[in-house]
Amino acid sequence: MTELYDLTIHELQDLLKTKKASSQEITTSVFQRIKSVEPRVQAYITLTEESALAQAKLADEKISSVGAQFIAPLFGIPIGIKDNFLTEGIKTTAGSNILNNYIPPYNGTTVQKLLDAGAIIPGKLNMDEFAMGSSNETSFFGTPKNPWDLERIAGGSSGGSAAAVAAGECFASTGTDTGGSIRLPAALTNLVGIKPTYGRVSRYGVIAFASSLDQVGPLTKDVMDGAIMLQALAGHDPKDSTSINTPVPNYVEGLKKLPKDLPLKGWKIAIPKEYFVEGMDAEVSKATQEAIETLKRLGAECREVSLPHTQYGVPTYYILATAEASSNLARYDGIRYGHRKSDPASLVDLYKKSRSEGFGSEVKRRIMLGTYVLSAGYYDAYYIRAQKVRTLIRQDFEKVFEENDVILTPVSPTPAWKIGEKAADPLKMYLSDIFTININLAGLPALSLPCGMTQSGLPIGMQIVSKHFQEEKMLQAAYAYEQATSWSQMRARL
Amino acid sequence: MSLTKEQVLKIADLARLDLSEAEVEKYGSQLSSILKYVETLNQLDVSSIEPTAHAVSVATPFREDVAVQDETLEKSLRNAPDQEVPFFKVPKVL
Amino acid sequence: MYTLEGKKGTYEVVIGLEVHAQMLTQSKLFCSCSTTFGKSPNQNTCPVCLALPGVLPVLNKKVAEFAVKAGFATQSTIARKSVFARKNYFYPDLPKGYQISQYELPICQHGKLTVDVEEEGSQNSGKETKTFGITRIHIEEDAGKLLHEHPEHRSSDSTWVDLNRAGVPLLEIVSEPEMRSPQDAVAYLKKLRQTLIYLGVCDGNMEEGSLRCDANVSVRLVGSKDFGTRTETKNLNSFKHIEKAIHYEATRQIEVLEEGGRIVQETRLWDPDQEKTYSMRSKEDAHDYRYFPDPDLLPLLIEESWIEEIKKSLPELPDTKKARFISDYQLTPYDADILTSLKKLADFFEACLKDYKQPKKVAAWIINEYMRLIKADETMIESTLLKPHHVSETLKLVDDGTISGSASKTVLAKIFETGLSPKEIIEKEGLAQVSDDRALEAEIDKIIANSPKEVERFKAGNDKLLGFFVGQVMKAMQGRANPGKLNELVKKKLSA
Repeated sequence: MTELYDLTIHELQDLLKTKKASSQEITTSVFQRIKSVEPRVQAYITLTEESALAQAKLADEKISSVGAQFIAPLFGIPIGIKDNFLTEGIKTTAGSNILNNYIPPYNGTTVQKLLDAGAIIPGKLNMDEFAMGSSNETSFFGTPKNPWDLERIAGGSSGGSAAAVAAGECFASTGTDTGGSIRLPAALTNLVGIKPTYGRVSRYGVIAFASSLDQVGPLTKDVMDGAIMLQALAGHDPKDSTSINTPVPNYVEGLKKLPKDLPLKGWKIAIPKEYFVEGMDAEVSKATQEAIETLKRLGAECREVSLPHTQYGVPTYYILATAEASSNLARYDGIRYGHRKSDPASLVDLYKKSRSEGFGSEVKRRIMLGTYVLSAGYYDAYYIRAQKVRTLIRQDFEKVFEENDVILTPVSPTPAWKIGEKAADPLKMYLSDIFTININLAGLPALSLPCGMTQSGLPIGMQIVSKHFQEEKMLQAAYAYEQATSWSQMRARL
Repeated sequence: MSLTKEQVLKIADLARLDLSEAEVEKYGSQLSSILKYVETLNQLDVSSIEPTAHAVSVATPFREDVAVQDETLEKSLRNAPDQEVPFFKVPKVL
Repeated sequence: MYTLEGKKGTYEVVIGLEVHAQMLTQSKLFCSCSTTFGKSPNQNTCPVCLALPGVLPVLNKKVAEFAVKAGFATQSTIARKSVFARKNYFYPDLPKGYQISQYELPICQHGKLTVDVEEEGSQNSGKETKTFGITRIHIEEDAGKLLHEHPEHRSSDSTWVDLNRAGVPLLEIVSEPEMRSPQDAVAYLKKLRQTLIYLGVCDGNMEEGSLRCDANVSVRLVGSKDFGTRTETKNLNSFKHIEKAIHYEATRQIEVLEEGGRIVQETRLWDPDQEKTYSMRSKEDAHDYRYFPDPDLLPLLIEESWIEEIKKSLPELPDTKKARFISDYQLTPYDADILTSLKKLADFFEACLKDYKQPKKVAAWIINEYMRLIKADETMIESTLLKPHHVSETLKLVDDGTISGSASKTVLAKIFETGLSPKEIIEKEGLAQVSDDRALEAEIDKIIANSPKEVERFKAGNDKLLGFFVGQVMKAMQGRANPGKLNELVKKKLSA
């Protein structure tokens, strides 16, 4: 029999509504799973079993008092939270030693939304320090392992978010995506990962990495769950000035209204040639080509397009993201919270030692780079130039979207790599995000979904991108593909 | 471009980071190679291009001017490495 | 012209002012914390202004409105699009590690202010009208406060951080380096302060620091076209100190130059006790603020319709009001200047005129009596018990002969103390004027009877003694006699 922890949110919802399972049973199943696999997976930084079970008990009481048929989609379901989401009273570290003991006095907007929707928080998930990384190896709290092969990384920066869902340690998780941090780990662990349009989901109460690029989104086992999670997270927030006040469609209904027969008939899917480059893993390339064939069979017209500035995305990103980060991370000074050097000799000593002891080497490297590109004499040459190239990259997409509904690309040039394989060479690591980064620069919504397995059993993902605020479109295309294939039903065996 | 040791130290000072000799060496060479890579952007003529600060361009929203008393100070002070209620404390600033 | 003599020649001083005005909003610039002064430490804080992880700024609408108002009042160009930028530096009073300010695209530019400057030593003790350029006005947030001594146990081994002021909205108003004397600077600042108070944008309180001024000062030989190296002097919290500090700094710079030294571009602090400026920062602390657009905020766009709305809501500004007082009320420029110096005073004046349409009399009374009562303290105007209707009522009583002009001063002074009505005061103090013939004649008779010598001399033709009799009667009646009547009756009696 399939274990509860292997199910999807929409499957659990059916069980809850028909009283075949209770929230306490579901939550207990998750914690049993955590006890059995977490020592090997290391997805969590903090577990909150006691409060989660208490939440589940309350959820069950509410279900029996109001009637199971009325409950919201996430009601009574354990959802893991990436550790850069502020949670009132629950330690929040952003994967960093500098916040090792930080207990937030408030919930971020999205955490509050999930709690209001009845979700249960089993704990806080491991991540690259301040979301800076592609493999989750920069975390102060160890590296989560890929449930499909424990010797490999689960991707980053939302590595814990991916590993936990893939290992059955929660049913969905929150992530943040600045240059691919949701989509890459989702692709490497056979999950659906959604990066919504910039401004679609509130960033209030999420520890910032690069403010103009960061976006919150979910990691789930399939597209339907992705739609359910996005529904819960999306919406305007007056506390976030970059959150956009535009209506949120009903994503789940959007999936249900797709025709069964030739669901993508009339759809124009763009395949940018710059995303199929030499050096790309042959199995990834093959899986993507096969996916294109599947989409064609579903009625879509797939055509090659060009995004000519693609190769400039990574350098543009590393200027803009590090510049913003160098300023965003100035508040970690050991004064109001966080790590402080004991007995500092002076104020400057307090700043320098607290920050140097508190931050890990990747974070320091990026702060240094960001500080440099903003400094006097270099600002125009680096920062302003990068902002201009950002315009070119954005315009590339605008042009393609004039004639196409969605864009299809691979997510990662390779499947999950071995722990330590790229850790010594920052530039090599930065290039892991080559297919995802430009989406953030353009502020577009994109998702990653399973589209194959390597011979050695490692998941492969593909990326679907749509126009600003048209998450519904990419979800529909992904759903149509998912219904025609079985990749998302595969679970890692631990 | 290649960063000198003095440049690395100056950046570290601006960023309030204390680097060991080995780190100065390591970051110096890593940042230099990243900067070299980043300079591929110089291949593009961007003289007539407007910079993009945000991908979605709208006006910053307003908040009405109404004062609200927040109640979380006590919890916030508890996170401070050194405090003396209701103050945060730092070493003597001269 | 203000110049300073040195061994090498005559120097002129070049001054530009940077003024920080705390805006009169209820809440902070980017969060909803109160801006009330004097709360217990850190009480006016929240996760946003404490810069806790994960918080974001949202702009206070009133701040944008105030900035536009200040722009209009200084005839500035108001930017339809301005941008918030981060100024990055580390200091314990700056919780985010950066200050949100405006840099490349401020909300207002190219303004000016026209002022009347008292000319020192000018023979006609006149005023000269000068116009000083305003480079820019921008919005930024204030920093917190560091206490180097604990307010209670007085120990001073640490520094204590109070962030109540962190995030309070400021307008920074930067002038062109167009002032040439301490008097210019003071006149400019007075006019700017008056304007901001009129607009309701700032309370202008320099002691509490809601209006702060830094002076950029340099010197050069008269005739030289190039600017000298400037210093920035901070901590100027009164007009007197600004005048002294600029004079001190100019003199100091000349001394340095004459001794063959170089002026260091630096920030200096005015010490009001020593009456000296001294250097604040050492050179090794060279700043590189790494300004860049704040990615947590989008551009501040001001729609045309809103600008029009704000324009319509602008109050009458000092210069316009003064001109109107002169033309509508036939006041002298001198009187109009005093009455419009404080907005509340001007309002008080006009409120008095509501039921008493004699502006010159009201003006004279306010300038001669009222100003003394309130000691030129603007806050008194609202708090005092003496209201405009008291003034009009009292002056009417003078006109109808109920009280004398001199008694009216006593009446209003008593109302100022007690808040009673003029009639109550007149009754209580017995200030009603005596116009009754018989009562006056009785007093006149007494004086005549007691002054036979004077009566004789008067009758011998010494007309001047009429005043003596009037004065004696007035004295005996404690000034309550109707002077017109009294004169008439004394004449009649003496010639009888």
